[in-house]
Amino acid sequence: MDLLEHQGKEFFASYGLPTSPGEVAFSAEEAVAAAERIGYPVVVKAQVHVGGRGKAGGIKLATDAAEARRHAEAILGLDIRGHVVRRLWIEKAADIAEEYYAGFTLDRSARRHLGMLSAQGGVDIEEVAATAPEAIARIHIDPTEGLSEGACRQWVADAKLNPAVTEQAVELLSLLYRAYVEGDADLVEINPLIVTGDGRLRVLDAKVTLDGNAQFRHPGYAAYDETVERDEREQEAHARGLQYVGLDGTVGVIANGAGLAMATVDIVDEAGGTPANFLDIGGGANADVMSAALEVVDGDRSVRAIFINIFGGITKGEEVARGIIEALGRVDIASPIILRLDGTNATEGTEMLRPYLSDKLRLAPDMVEAARMAVTASAEAGEGRP
Amino acid sequence: MSIFVDENTRVVYQGLTGSAGRYYGLLNREYGTQVVAGTHPRKAGSDVDGIPIFATVGDAVAATGADASCIFVPAPGVPGAVLEAAEGGVRFIVVITEGVPMHDEARTFAHLQRHHPDVRLLGPNCPGVISPGRCNIGITAGHIAKPGGPVGIVSRSGTLTYQALHELKEKGIGCTTCVGIGGDPVPGTNFIDCLAAFEDDPETEAVMLIGEIGGSAEEEAAEFIAERLSKPVVAYIAGMTAPPGKKMGHAGAIVSGGKGTAAAKVEALSAAGVRVGSNPTQAGEIMAEVVASL
Repeated sequence: MDLLEHQGKEFFASYGLPTSPGEVAFSAEEAVAAAERIGYPVVVKAQVHVGGRGKAGGIKLATDAAEARRHAEAILGLDIRGHVVRRLWIEKAADIAEEYYAGFTLDRSARRHLGMLSAQGGVDIEEVAATAPEAIARIHIDPTEGLSEGACRQWVADAKLNPAVTEQAVELLSLLYRAYVEGDADLVEINPLIVTGDGRLRVLDAKVTLDGNAQFRHPGYAAYDETVERDEREQEAHARGLQYVGLDGTVGVIANGAGLAMATVDIVDEAGGTPANFLDIGGGANADVMSAALEVVDGDRSVRAIFINIFGGITKGEEVARGIIEALGRVDIASPIILRLDGTNATEGTEMLRPYLSDKLRLAPDMVEAARMAVTASAEAGEGRP
Repeated sequence: MSIFVDENTRVVYQGLTGSAGRYYGLLNREYGTQVVAGTHPRKAGSDVDGIPIFATVGDAVAATGADASCIFVPAPGVPGAVLEAAEGGVRFIVVITEGVPMHDEARTFAHLQRHHPDVRLLGPNCPGVISPGRCNIGITAGHIAKPGGPVGIVSRSGTLTYQALHELKEKGIGCTTCVGIGGDPVPGTNFIDCLAAFEDDPETEAVMLIGEIGGSAEEEAAEFIAERLSKPVVAYIAGMTAPPGKKMGHAGAIVSGGKGTAAAKVEALSAAGVRVGSNPTQAGEIMAEVVASL
């Protein structure tokens, strides 16, 4: 669950990290009112779930009300790499003397936490890692031990920050680690972490990804989920509890299991088609989940054919067949369906489906052939939706 | 032989009294697995279809000689259940439960490494392990696997594991052990652990590796294969067309910052001498060729 910058800052502030005062605004009027309360100069910042906002013109300095209004009007509605700006963060402008980078995430290879700290902040850290890896001080942290003050102090020294801020840095990084662990974040990143003209460390930008699996101990995280941007199809699927990712193609995909769904998307591409989505309906394939999946996929105006790929393990072929038959009785599907049913009792399931077969529902003998049939069906449908 | 589990493995199910635990626990027993006990803090002395329930794993081990545990408890209870199992004296712990927070996984794994270095954890969020004809712990449909050998399977994905077992069975190829390591960020057992075990298992003569996008586990496996594995490996990687920044079902399956792409994994594995199929069926066909030439 990716947080917007201002949500990330609120999250950090709740753990005691130093942030600048600011307010959210949804219109130019609100932006100006906020700026008046905060006091100029202010920075008008686009709140979208994507990086590169500065370069795209989504972050501007305003010294008076007229400027604040002009910038707010220009930024609202701006399309930043496919994300349209609907929300602004108006923040007191900071006096920047130095820019650092600080972050924590899981090092999956080491199966331990990794802290990264650099005196070269304010730029893309991946680029620093590629061009000047020695400029990033890394620390591995045993999750059962946590970040000790001694280790943290050494880490700060290794990063060669301005010695004048060492004490502040040790305290801030300890708080950041606490936010990372206690807040159940997958990633916390401050870039830049600035030193102000009067020598104080402050969070200037915040990138936070929270672990959705930990919502049971953070009920407030549900509010963050509501601001996650999803396209119409993804919103529909999310509301129905389906694991769905929208893609740009014409072949709709429904499969049971994340791996099989990914493989299905790949095999459509391999067969020369373009997948319209990734959709994992999980282990079973009952009529409820199958009708929901069919409705979401068929509701996508680009879809020209639907490839249902089911491997029955514990779920038997008959149950899968029953689910599909019932789902087709409930919802009216525009696109032709190609079904591949394999695994436990696939033969019995296939027999049950036989009376229902038509141009709109065809059976494929295997996964590769099913992909070919689906791709052909989508090509035959052409531009006009059947 | 097989790896991790065989006909002598005695399993206690934590969560046997719950609906999923009961369903799969009884299926596993029907398959032939020695399901010797279940646990529940308040139901000691009762039974589930004849399987005795104990208050703790420690009690179950003392009474039944259980040496493995299978965990079906809800996600918030998983860290505690794993520690109870390790302290109770089992040497192998399988966690089927999905949705365990990353920090809980990281803490639990680190704790085991430090205090119970001899205990192997498999999962969380995995289908379990099956040594066909001998022992099935978890949610794999036993009959889709052909007993015997010579292929060992290790996979990050559940349904693709079933697909692989099925493809091999259709071709008359048996499996020594099939391990589903799961798709979470901190798997208790990883590819390398399984590859090392297959290398040491005389009955396993070839290995099928099924990976997916996200992280660098496949790249590290490739390095290990190049350096240490004498047995042929065939692989399949799911997610060739996955867009960056989108989680594809599993918590660990995401391409971010240009890392974790399927293309990079395929390249690393190919460079290590692994034959990589472009889809699960083709991987099965390649494995059939490999087995024929053994």
